[in-house]
Amino acid sequence: MTTIKTTLMGLAAGLLLSIAPAAAAEQAAAGHEEHYQIPRLKWTWGGIFGYFDQQQLRRGFKVYKEVCSNCHNLGLLSYRNLGEPGGPGFSPEEVKAIAAEVQVFEGFDEQGNIAMRAGRPADNFVWKFKNAKEAAAAFGGAVPPDLSLITRARGIEREFHWYEYPLVMAKDLATQYQEQGADYLHALLLGYVDLPAGRKIADGLNYNRVFPGNQLAMPQPLSDGQVEYGDGTPNTLDQEAKDVTAFLGWAAEPHLAERKKMGVWVIVYLAVLAGLLLLSKKVLWRNIEH
Amino acid sequence: MSNESIASVTHEPGSFEHTYQPKTAFTRWLDARLPVIRFAAHFMAMPTPRNIKYVWAFGAILAYFLVVQLYSGIILAMHYAPNSAIAFDSIEKLMRDTSYGWLMRYTHVVGASLFFFAVYIHMFRGMYYGSYKSPREVLWMIGVAIFLCMMATAFMGYSLVWGQMSFWAVTVITNLFSSFDSIYPGLGTAIVQWIWGGFSVDNPTLNRLFSLHYMVPFVLVALVALHVWALHVVGSNNPTGIEVRDVKKETLPFHPYFTTKDMFAIAAIAILFAYIVFWMPNYLGDVVNYEPANPLKTPPHIVPEWYFLPFYAILRAIPSKLGGVIAMFGAIVVLFFIPWLDTSRVRSCRYRPIFKWLFWVFVFDALALGYIGSQPAEGSWVFWGQVFTVYYFVHFLVLMPLVGLIETPSPMPESIEDDVKRKAKSTQPQAVPAE
Ligand code: HEC
Ligand code: HEM
Repeated sequence: MTTIKTTLMGLAAGLLLSIAPAAAAEQAAAGHEEHYQIPRLKWTWGGIFGYFDQQQLRRGFKVYKEVCSNCHNLGLLSYRNLGEPGGPGFSPEEVKAIAAEVQVFEGFDEQGNIAMRAGRPADNFVWKFKNAKEAAAAFGGAVPPDLSLITRARGIEREFHWYEYPLVMAKDLATQYQEQGADYLHALLLGYVDLPAGRKIADGLNYNRVFPGNQLAMPQPLSDGQVEYGDGTPNTLDQEAKDVTAFLGWAAEPHLAERKKMGVWVIVYLAVLAGLLLLSKKVLWRNIEH
Repeated sequence: MSNESIASVTHEPGSFEHTYQPKTAFTRWLDARLPVIRFAAHFMAMPTPRNIKYVWAFGAILAYFLVVQLYSGIILAMHYAPNSAIAFDSIEKLMRDTSYGWLMRYTHVVGASLFFFAVYIHMFRGMYYGSYKSPREVLWMIGVAIFLCMMATAFMGYSLVWGQMSFWAVTVITNLFSSFDSIYPGLGTAIVQWIWGGFSVDNPTLNRLFSLHYMVPFVLVALVALHVWALHVVGSNNPTGIEVRDVKKETLPFHPYFTTKDMFAIAAIAILFAYIVFWMPNYLGDVVNYEPANPLKTPPHIVPEWYFLPFYAILRAIPSKLGGVIAMFGAIVVLFFIPWLDTSRVRSCRYRPIFKWLFWVFVFDALALGYIGSQPAEGSWVFWGQVFTVYYFVHFLVLMPLVGLIETPSPMPESIEDDVKRKAKSTQPQAVPAE
């Protein structure tokens, strides 16, 4: 078996393929990794009529701006997106003010020096770091990833037997489970628990029960009461994590609510069309044995 | 319309007599120069067995998806930048800033998946009812060529995203050719570098993938035209697998009977399509592909899209690189030969008491290979991958020729008409005399 395995690995440029359950189970058995089953949460943008809650997006933006943006960026987002329908709904003035807080590379002045200007709504979000090298230097080699697509670029690992697979798939399809990434992110932010007895982690890394391998360079970014909401919403760790997750969920797909709304009409249209076509077929074939 | 008038517009399959009469001065003029209307009228009147079921609608459904892919693809190409530095972002820009860009992209992505879903049902239908058997061998073989073209197109299209999985899938699959080094030292490496246009998967690779992804679908269109032509020559098979004897009694003109039926089937599939596009557009894809390509970071699990998984499992089942490549391509090439591997006189599995079961075992085998393809190549999955791979080939190379020789077909109806009459009798309510 080992030779087969080695050959296979050599085979396709280090194909260390694995979908979670088996590998996770194996690692857990070997005592390497804590396996935490990430729960499925309810998000306002899940389901048939999903939408983003404007107040939640505003709170989430506050968390992002005050905490996450110190290390991460949202490079695919423009400041103007913050004022567009379906999003946090900031007024044009607010958007302008937010954009003006950053300095953007404009070109070169007459002396050939780099010229900067204040950000405008049409600009993309600007990262605190000059580039990935600077970021890597700050975190011992780990680069805080761009978060623009983070809720779509992460999934969760679920454990089931092979014969349960059709059932899991049917359930996902019936309940439109598309928020795995959000569930992962929320769980990650809550995942900084005490190091279990007997486990060791590398210097400069932090223990997290959710992150694959359980140790990552990001220190716990959120804690109870960290961000002042000012609107009466309790600023617990759980709430902050949910809010920033919602904001990043929106950032990953600003047209999500529009998509679902359109879908309802498309289905209604197609259902009527299919009904009429079925009727025509029945009428046409009425007296025909087949 | 009475049955009489229906019969008057039907013809022998393949015959070119027709009832089209140009009525205006212009159509008479055109008919004498380029009889396109005559051709279309004849084409649409193709005599089609009246007893075919809804699984026969998958041919029309495939044609629908082909049009959907071409249309949405041409729109995407207007916004896509085939440059490794900006390809990923250009797609995200389309999703975010182009009016309904997200709709076009999700349509194309989900459409590709459903295209494969439809083609697999279409092929299994052919296998169950023996549609590949004489006189439909060429029709079937063109189908297999279409399937190959579809796979090539889908693979290249997926690479264009230039996400992590795109990049590593291209790396892994193009690297397969390096196995030719074991035939002649240096041969594989030379081929791989020629494909890459350099010494690694990079911008030149992406450019050629884009060019070919735009081109191959038009080859596909040509092949589909041949496929439909071949269909019109030999006519559709049907659930009994018995050839049409009496065109008047056993067939109906394709239009309006099957156009209406197929349109309904397309609308029904479109509902499923819309459901996935509007609510679960990312369900069928791998999340890792939402991370931009990073040549320095191998993803922990490289897996292809779901429709390649059975073949991927076969590739990995063989403990030699070249052997795996041969087995994987062999799994598709063997399909070209099944018209001659099947020795049974009877087409339809309906009347094949043994092979009917073997058909379903084969379906299970294909699904199992798909599941194994998604699992890590370790532990018991390696063993099961090998078992199901062996069975895949045993099905075609051993069971198909053998069972055809030893099996006694169950009693069959005399003709399509006989079958239709029997079915009508058994479903007619007894209290109402049929009149
Ligand atoms: C002090 C800097 C810092 C702050 C503040 C910070 N992060 Fe991070 N984050 C990092 C670094 C560094 C990494 C890379 C970790 C690694 O690869 O080990 C990271 C990684 C991540 C990841 C990727 C985890 C994965 O699955 O690969 C996510 C998601 C994330 N951060 C979310 C957030 C969110 C949300 C916030 C705000 C609440 C935040 N981060 C605040 C530094 C930070
Ligand atoms: C682009 C993909 C394809 C398109 C658009 C297409 C289209 C069609 C159409 C319109 C028909 C007639 C309706 C029907 O019988 O379903 C048909 C029949 C057929 N196709 Fe395809 N097809 C495609 C791929 C394939 C493939 C991949 C195969 C098999 C390898 C295949 C094998 C057949 C066979 C054997 C028939 C005759 C079936 C019968 O009469 O029972 N096709 N195809």
